[in-house]
Amino acid sequence: MTRRNIEGSFHLSGGDFTNAGAASSELKSILTNLGINPEIVRRAAIATFEAEMNVIIHAVAGVMYYLITQDTIKVVLNDMGPGIPDIDRAMTEGYSTAPDWIREMGWGAGMGLPNMKKNSDRFKLDSVVGEGTTVEIIIRIKEGKTE
Amino acid sequence: MTLGRVIEILEAEVVVDAIDREMEIRSICSSDLMSDLLHFSSRPKSILITGLNNTQAIRTAEIADIKGIVFVLDKRPDKETVRMAREKGIPLMVTRLSRFTACGRLYAAGLGSCTGEDR
Ligand SMILES: Nc1ncnc2c1ncn2[C@@H]1O[C@H](COP(=O)(O)OP(=O)(O)O)[C@@H](O)[C@H]1O
Ligand SMILES: [Mg+2]
Repeated sequence: MTRRNIEGSFHLSGGDFTNAGAASSELKSILTNLGINPEIVRRAAIATFEAEMNVIIHAVAGVMYYLITQDTIKVVLNDMGPGIPDIDRAMTEGYSTAPDWIREMGWGAGMGLPNMKKNSDRFKLDSVVGEGTTVEIIIRIKEGKTE
Repeated sequence: MTLGRVIEILEAEVVVDAIDREMEIRSICSSDLMSDLLHFSSRPKSILITGLNNTQAIRTAEIADIKGIVFVLDKRPDKETVRMAREKGIPLMVTRLSRFTACGRLYAAGLGSCTGEDR
């Protein structure tokens, strides 16, 4: 079965814990309703959820854009925020600059970026200090699982 | 084992009931930090044992396909957390046990870790 490309976007506000995760949750329903393999949906949901939470936790505002084609899920998160001075260090398991009150909310384990990378087939992180960060997540939809 | 059996073993109080207490639970995941949970929890049919009694735990369960949540040390979820769990169809339980003891009892009863690193 062929389907048209599906795309859309969500606006994200830094510090808005009431709606934190709502965008990833909605994207997850969209992917599930398309009949995509649950294992692939879960990987996409985890990677985008971590990326969405980083915007909520570390940035001021951002946009999550998604494009679902016949064979890939692509999610791009673009934020205005402090940026990441040392990307290699940020990618290290357990490294976090999140304050204690964020950890009391359940975040700040320093595993978010490694989790995004682990669940993506392609993962790109670009950042300009003082301007913002862009995360690109690409996940392949395996053949024959989408009909 | 069934969710009903998990509730018995943990002497838990049910705050948001499951549609089906006969639902099968195969593994446990446990942390108060959500990204630590998201790092594993790749095995389906798992239950979350946590001290984090807020909406972030519900979102994490939803995203990672976790079937139910047990809050330890009698930590009750607030109204908003209960509302979200109902909406997402995620059962919530509360036990007076600690995280260690809750996991230990379930492990002794035959449930493994959702990380798949033990059995
Ligand atoms: N969108 C972002 N804007 C600014 N800094 C970020 C962003 N995402 C990640 N970081 C930085 O990278 C660190 C590691 O990120 P991550 O692995 O997700 O862990 P955590 O979010 O738990 O701190 C963060 O603590 C923060 O310093
Ligand atoms: Mg993070």
